[in-house]
Amino acid sequence: MSEFFYMGGYAFYVWTSYALTAFFLLFSWLQPRLRERRLLRDIARRVRRGDR
Amino acid sequence: MSIIPNWLHRLSSPKNFYRFAGTASNWCGWIALVLMIAGLYYGLVDSPPDYQQGDSARIMYVHVPAAWMSMFVYMVMASSAAVGMIWRIKASSAFANASAPVGAMFTALALVTGMLWGKPMWGTYWVWDARLTSELILLFLYLGYMALNSAIEDRETAARATAILALVGVVNIPIIHYSVEWWNTLHQGATVTKLDKPSIHISMLIPLLLMAFAFKFYYLSNVFRRARCELLEREQGKLWVRELVGEKNGE
Repeated sequence: MSEFFYMGGYAFYVWTSYALTAFFLLFSWLQPRLRERRLLRDIARRVRRGDR
Repeated sequence: MSIIPNWLHRLSSPKNFYRFAGTASNWCGWIALVLMIAGLYYGLVDSPPDYQQGDSARIMYVHVPAAWMSMFVYMVMASSAAVGMIWRIKASSAFANASAPVGAMFTALALVTGMLWGKPMWGTYWVWDARLTSELILLFLYLGYMALNSAIEDRETAARATAILALVGVVNIPIIHYSVEWWNTLHQGATVTKLDKPSIHISMLIPLLLMAFAFKFYYLSNVFRRARCELLEREQGKLWVRELVGEKNGE
């Protein structure tokens, strides 16, 4: 198992690459979800206030 | 009888597209996740280390799909921006706008994972060779597209300006692809995307293709989510959006 994490001495480069990939993909996954929620909340507030 | 099939016509209504994009995004997301888990297993555990590069070659399974996607997304973005400009189809321009940040993300990912691979193999994080430089230009093209799009208030003018920028930038795509052949570069040549048989072993090709398809479905899933936001923002005064908000609040 420790050999797996050691990656033949390239642990830093391999795991940083995969960690960054995970981070980028998660960030891009989250971004539109948060934006959509914010948009819907803003529109709902405006509808409740009754203006167009 | 119109040449546009009925289902496509229905889909072009913003309300239906909004619903469709949500369902499509979820499905593509799950497919991407399954492919990615398989790809990670084969890439990190099952495949052998490279005979020259050892385990550092495993960076390939994220680096190469990200680089492919950086070019693929650009072509999708440029063509849908062009369609949006020529036939004035708003949904097409919206799709291009939604693609830009995802493409920029893949390009940045290709660049950083490439740097992390370059350090142990070449002894340096960065060289100004043709492949690396043209990929960096691609990142600037994406960022330029996004900046230009947000700088112009009028949506129709923005769609036209960004489409022209995207189309001019297309010239960079063959330059990236052939850079390793046209110039002497530190970057290695293609082993998969060439006319004769791929020179990569099957045990490495399988995880590579799994990750490539995972990234492709991830892009689809993500771009549909972003297109939903674009649509909501443009149509926020319309009745269907108000109804949608009402439904969500249980009225």
